[in-house]
Amino acid sequence: MAGTEELIDELSDLALFADLARPELAGVAHTLEEEWYADGQRILREGFSGTGFYILLEGEVAVRIEGQERARLRRGAFFGEAAILLGEPPGADVVAAGRVRVVHVAGPALHEFLMRHPNVMFRMLQEQTRRLRSANRWAR
Amino acid sequence: MGEVDARPFPPGDYPLVVVGSGPGGIQVSYSLRRLGVDHALISADEAPGGMFRRFPFFQRLLSWTKPYAPVPRGSRAYERYDWNSLIGEEPSHRAIQPEFMDGTSEFPSRPEMEAQLAEFVRRAALPIRYGCLWEATRRDGDRFVLETSDGEYRCGLVVFAVGVAEPFTPEMPGRELVAHYVDTRDPETYAGRRLFIVGKQNSGFELASGLLHWASRIVLASPRPAKLSVETNSLAGIRARYVQPIEDRFMGGGVYILNASIEGVERAGDVLRVRTRATDGGMDLAIEADEVIAATGFVAPLRDLPALGVATFGPSRLPAQTPYWESASLAGIYFAGTINMGSPGLKKNGVAGTGAVHGTRFNARILAREIAERHFGVVAPRPALAPRDVVGYLLEEATDAPELWNQKGYLARAVLFGADGPYDEGIVPLQAFVDGSGPDGVAIGLEGDSEGVIRPAAYVRRKGAVSEVMLDPDPLNEFRGSSDGRARLTAALEGLLR
Repeated sequence: MAGTEELIDELSDLALFADLARPELAGVAHTLEEEWYADGQRILREGFSGTGFYILLEGEVAVRIEGQERARLRRGAFFGEAAILLGEPPGADVVAAGRVRVVHVAGPALHEFLMRHPNVMFRMLQEQTRRLRSANRWAR
Repeated sequence: MGEVDARPFPPGDYPLVVVGSGPGGIQVSYSLRRLGVDHALISADEAPGGMFRRFPFFQRLLSWTKPYAPVPRGSRAYERYDWNSLIGEEPSHRAIQPEFMDGTSEFPSRPEMEAQLAEFVRRAALPIRYGCLWEATRRDGDRFVLETSDGEYRCGLVVFAVGVAEPFTPEMPGRELVAHYVDTRDPETYAGRRLFIVGKQNSGFELASGLLHWASRIVLASPRPAKLSVETNSLAGIRARYVQPIEDRFMGGGVYILNASIEGVERAGDVLRVRTRATDGGMDLAIEADEVIAATGFVAPLRDLPALGVATFGPSRLPAQTPYWESASLAGIYFAGTINMGSPGLKKNGVAGTGAVHGTRFNARILAREIAERHFGVVAPRPALAPRDVVGYLLEEATDAPELWNQKGYLARAVLFGADGPYDEGIVPLQAFVDGSGPDGVAIGLEGDSEGVIRPAAYVRRKGAVSEVMLDPDPLNEFRGSSDGRARLTAALEGLLR
């Protein structure tokens, strides 16, 4: 469990929020909703509409496509943005592997959130570019 | 000889103990009793009502009961229009709230709500042990021991319906100079005072609305911009009843709304000075005020449950819960009432299940059935359906079922397909259906999107895999006759309707 001050401290350690001064981070912390998942609970559901954007604060999640695990994500990772940005349901399940704590932005609120915090959008773009580069390397 | 204590449920051994006599505790106890589950109901209060014995401070609720609805009062469908009455099985236990309203508003006053809850308890002859304060909890083998002001209760299961009722003020320099919402005095004592309200959610705007014509100036501040329910198209946001201060602000009427964190409060002579730091690129300020009030919410009063293994999360310290409202980390501990917000459901489009009475009363009835079946060997009836009736039944439920309307995206009507054909599984948590295992089946609920459009959503489970089928909206929310809905559901259930 974390109070808002603790949540601000936690967010300040994440690459996604590295460029934000504390007052802006306070605004972000109040915007994000904290959630907790038990082992095996689904956070994103393959093929379901109305999804959200998640940032992993504690624990690990497994990315599964048709039941097959394809990747593991750890603290600081984020997921769910692709489905929202493309307006499509997620192409994978994301499942808690052990106890997991995340913060969440509802899909319809993500556009406004990113426009309000362009530095977060830039960091997200950087990470997406890294993912794309890795995918290209694998494809070679 | 000493006085005989006539109260029910003396300390001792019980299969199950329910703690709390607010709407959540009363509803779950009522429903358990109807299912024949032996249990004790204890409460620290002296009368039923929970938080409605005291709040909302300005004495009128945010939740409506419409005396004249499109459906008959007392029918199941009427529960959609009456957000406040507890749900009863017998006619005399149903739709009690409108009997206690004076006709001046569709929102009952706090005393009217309190009277309704007391009347429900009276008509249902629900035994409650009042004046019995739960103080501590421990394990004894596979049982729980509740230490109370009256003695020890030993039980295998506990349902905590204790509200999200403990006032919370965040850490800040000068916190001791800040009053909490719960300490709000009679409005006239704020005449001519300059108020600084920390928090821009409903409780902050309730105070601002109620004190608008008393205070000489009102500043509301919190880091996050205020959102209105009419913008979010959901209950998340400031309700329409409380938007007057926003209008006063843009009219220049002495109301100021800041997106700022509170850096500290200090005394400056006879007044207080609040230092704020803008979170939206605006100016940092030092604002003088006569009074500073924290409308910063409440936390769940869980006492020592976290030390016992109940995981909590978020600023309200809610217990993490399974879709059936059991602690996600400590089996045998269940929750009812507002505290159910710790099981938010699928949160499609960001919409969680409501923690208000209109939704949690249905959760409580489902919880009672779950406990009765899982722990007490009760088997609730599951009526068979003719295959040809399934699609029509699902669309009928989407049109009228109060559970689906009052817990959108959270509760659903499920029909399962067994060896002998389809049967009605009842109202279930949607998350339990889509993430759980079981026979092939279909669950239908209602979902609102960010534009406020409400549409039925069906989830079809075949061989363990669940697919989503979104149906078209209807301008009058009449889904019964929808040819599109009928065609799409029929196609989605192909091969199952035998």
